[in-house]
Amino acid sequence: MDRRNFIKATGTAAIAASAPAYMTLARAQAGPIKIGVLAPLTGVVASGGKEMVEAFNFYWDTNGKKVAGREVQLTVEDDASNPDTALQKARRLVEQGNVHMLIGDLLANTGLAVAEYVKGNGTPYFIPIIAADDLTQRKRIPNVVRIAGYAASQNPRPLADWLYRKKGIRKVVTVSQDYTFGHEQCGGFVQVFTELGGKVLAQYWHPLNTQDFSPYLAQIQDAKPDIVYAMETGADGNRFIQQWANFGLKGKIPLSGSMNLTDQSIIRTLGGEAEGILSAAHFCEGADAPATKKFVADYEKAFNHLPSLYGFSMYSGGMWLAEAIKAVNGKVEDRPAFLAAVRKVVLNDSPLGRPVRLDDYGEPIYDVYIREVKKRADGKYWNVPLEVYPNVSQFWHYNPEEYMKQPPYSRTFQGIKG
Amino acid sequence: MTLAVVQALNGVTFAALLFLVASGFTLIFGLMRIVNLAHGALYLLGGYIALTVASKSASFALGIGAAAAAIAFAGFLIDRFLLGFVKGFELRQVLLTLGIALFMNDLALVIWGGDTFTVPIPDAMRGAFSIGGITYPRYRFFVLAVGIVVFVLLWLLLNRTRLGALIRAGVDDAETVEAIGIDIKRVFVYTFMLGAALAGIGGALGGAFLSLYPTADSEILVFSLAVVIIGGRGSLAGAAVGSLFVALLATYGQVWFPELAYFVIFGPMALLLAFRPLGLFGRAA
Amino acid sequence: MSASTKLGLALALVVLLALVPFLAPGYPTTIATEVLIFATLAMSIDILAGFAGRTPLCHGAIFGVSTYVVLYYVTVANGNPWIGVVLGVIAATLTAMIFALLAVRTSGVYFLLLTLALGMIVWGICLRWTSVTGGENGIRGSIRPGWLSQPAQLYWFTLGATTAMTLAMWRFVRSPFGLSLAGIRESETRMRALGYDVPLHLFIGFSVSGFFAGLAGALYAFFNSFVSPSTVALGQSVEGLLMAIVGGIGTLFGGLLGAAIIIALENLVSAYTERWLMALGLLFILTMIFAPTGLLGRINTLVARRGKRK
Repeated sequence: MDRRNFIKATGTAAIAASAPAYMTLARAQAGPIKIGVLAPLTGVVASGGKEMVEAFNFYWDTNGKKVAGREVQLTVEDDASNPDTALQKARRLVEQGNVHMLIGDLLANTGLAVAEYVKGNGTPYFIPIIAADDLTQRKRIPNVVRIAGYAASQNPRPLADWLYRKKGIRKVVTVSQDYTFGHEQCGGFVQVFTELGGKVLAQYWHPLNTQDFSPYLAQIQDAKPDIVYAMETGADGNRFIQQWANFGLKGKIPLSGSMNLTDQSIIRTLGGEAEGILSAAHFCEGADAPATKKFVADYEKAFNHLPSLYGFSMYSGGMWLAEAIKAVNGKVEDRPAFLAAVRKVVLNDSPLGRPVRLDDYGEPIYDVYIREVKKRADGKYWNVPLEVYPNVSQFWHYNPEEYMKQPPYSRTFQGIKG
Repeated sequence: MTLAVVQALNGVTFAALLFLVASGFTLIFGLMRIVNLAHGALYLLGGYIALTVASKSASFALGIGAAAAAIAFAGFLIDRFLLGFVKGFELRQVLLTLGIALFMNDLALVIWGGDTFTVPIPDAMRGAFSIGGITYPRYRFFVLAVGIVVFVLLWLLLNRTRLGALIRAGVDDAETVEAIGIDIKRVFVYTFMLGAALAGIGGALGGAFLSLYPTADSEILVFSLAVVIIGGRGSLAGAAVGSLFVALLATYGQVWFPELAYFVIFGPMALLLAFRPLGLFGRAA
Repeated sequence: MSASTKLGLALALVVLLALVPFLAPGYPTTIATEVLIFATLAMSIDILAGFAGRTPLCHGAIFGVSTYVVLYYVTVANGNPWIGVVLGVIAATLTAMIFALLAVRTSGVYFLLLTLALGMIVWGICLRWTSVTGGENGIRGSIRPGWLSQPAQLYWFTLGATTAMTLAMWRFVRSPFGLSLAGIRESETRMRALGYDVPLHLFIGFSVSGFFAGLAGALYAFFNSFVSPSTVALGQSVEGLLMAIVGGIGTLFGGLLGAAIIIALENLVSAYTERWLMALGLLFILTMIFAPTGLLGRINTLVARRGKRK
């Protein structure tokens, strides 16, 4: 189990203390850089949260917990998969722990709660996992930056494009968990797909923790689409893939899904049922990029399983922060300068494989992989890249200001054309 | 038409699983007047144990057996060493089991982690049957079969054995049973162990198609509560009828009003508790 | 202990509590504010569980309904926060009344399960009625007026409100009506035989309990500036009940003690491990086995024994 406070003996204090000018600022800069890490370590998404913390620590452990002459001190708090707790812990980290910045959270509602809190006190808050579109669009906050993260509607768009153009798909059915994250992913997919001329036969929304997908599976069989796009996370994803196979649909109708559906956190406990599922994501554990291969190999050695979305993102987040801290010479107390540095970082050598930088709205621009689940030589299943779409921003090919005039994706607004 | 048949099958097979879990719950509630809020945690723990044993030994049957034995033992420990302290105080017992549930849930998280797991089943049970245009998973028929077998076995136990007679007498009037010299404590322990074992078996079987994850325990507990309240405590027939009712409500609810599916069971549960707490088949003490 | 000694002690306690922002400024003051709010919730539960003898698992929902109404009224309907408070308390009391209508004829374990189910229904509504409650995202927005923006200011305001509410609750349970509730707890049949309308008494007791839970919920809206379905979830009711039990069911002030113990314990445990839920479960188990009457209950028993020996 992780220890929550990482304190290293420091000898750097002496060096930093000899800095000139304001004595208090100098003394503050001599102390450690405190990062507050929020993650769901208990509750329904506990496994994702655990991996978030593991991967973040992994970055600092392998690269040294010292940047620009200051030691880095991490304090981990459990947000219990629950926004009230996330808020309480964020308060504790900021007001009692005096952290210089917050990073983490997994569920969108926890991220939104903490974002509202830091809006009031200016603490920099970094969200590599929270994918709520509006945090970098209509409701963006200056001190909330989605480093190494993604917006929900960002990745499904190239998938829709690829399926239409490259695979000749014309009719699609979507199945999704009924909450904002699902609405946004499906909206991204469906808007592009219909703008190209495709047809959406039906969209099924089900509550989180649906045990039985057979009503939807039966209706899908009747509708006979060219492909199904399934937006599922966690236990729902696990069950959906199994039931898809058990009800005999595997092999009959092609299946594609959100990157969460084919994420390692789901497919690592499954077998051949997941084989062949298509998805699109900004990383791909089976990709050839040397940085990716090395990361995956090191990670697998350290933790005995392949890295998931949570692993990739938090590790890259750590890398991102280190770059930004270096750029301001460790002066994280100067918030405007630090945040400006964060926004200017271009991450060149991350496990994501390709150079990553932020757009003007605080959201990364990625080269997105079209992925397929394949079996590895050792019997494990992972995603391998089929194609790459370069420079995909959260706005796709749309003009940002025009795009933001359209309402946010919801169950009733999916951006369907025609 | 196909959809209607598939839905009916879903309801009935889910009912079989609920019956497994709820029958244990109703025996404990009926005989010992204990609302065992740790029942869901016993289910989950049973599922995880079956997962580990079945994965390591490649035998599903061994997994089920291990789950039953281990959880029966857990039941023994709980009854002997924890519930023993609060005998006679109904509310304290309930709250005690609540504490046990919290503890066991977190313990399971520590041991198995939060990933979603599925108990591995033999190849013969994978895949689907195809009858007259309807494709339906083989495994769910297995669950249905187990549910029916367990119902028959429990019926035989309760109606054709001495222990069963003692349990039924105890459900009706535990004081009198003790007064005529029967060691009711022994009966209580066996009942608790049996109820726990049923929960464990339920976890093993449910873990194969509903999967196992950190909040699965509270979900199944809520369903069990609804079944026992609706069916009536201490009644096997009540557990069977209640399971069918709740399962069909949940299954059709998912199709007709998916938004409210989970909460649809609380309505009937609340109404019954308010106006007919004994449920459909329960009898006054 | 004479009445004037008790009053003196209570006054001393209030004065001591008022010093907290000086003795422990900043974050500890925020924690203290939280303790006061949940103490009120726990005490409101005690009115029903301790004095009327009916243990509920729905007060988290009643508490949270008030928070939702206050936050909705101020952030979405752009209303005045104080009117929002009034509306919130009314909503909470109405909720309690509806629950009471259904629940007063039951007791013991059935009462517990019924209130559990009713609380879950409220949770379901808050989770699914996205257009009004914000669904799983909840409602966010600061509603504090300028003069409550500092932790110390909010703390003193909460302390004042809590003192007033505690006084009101104390007077209520000590009143003839409150004593008749205690009579119902001791022996319902006797009370019925004496001609008391038991269901009516329980209904009023439940509603009063809901009223105070609603007040606590409104304070929480000021404190938290955020509400989500987890505020009305079963976990909230369970924690509130545990606070009342650990402090001492039937003592009223046990709620304050219980809230302080549990919140302090949570802060302490979370600093060293993530296993807070395990610790909470253990606390439940140990309390039920070794101190079912709670800390104050234990103290009262010891004091009584000492008195008898004299």
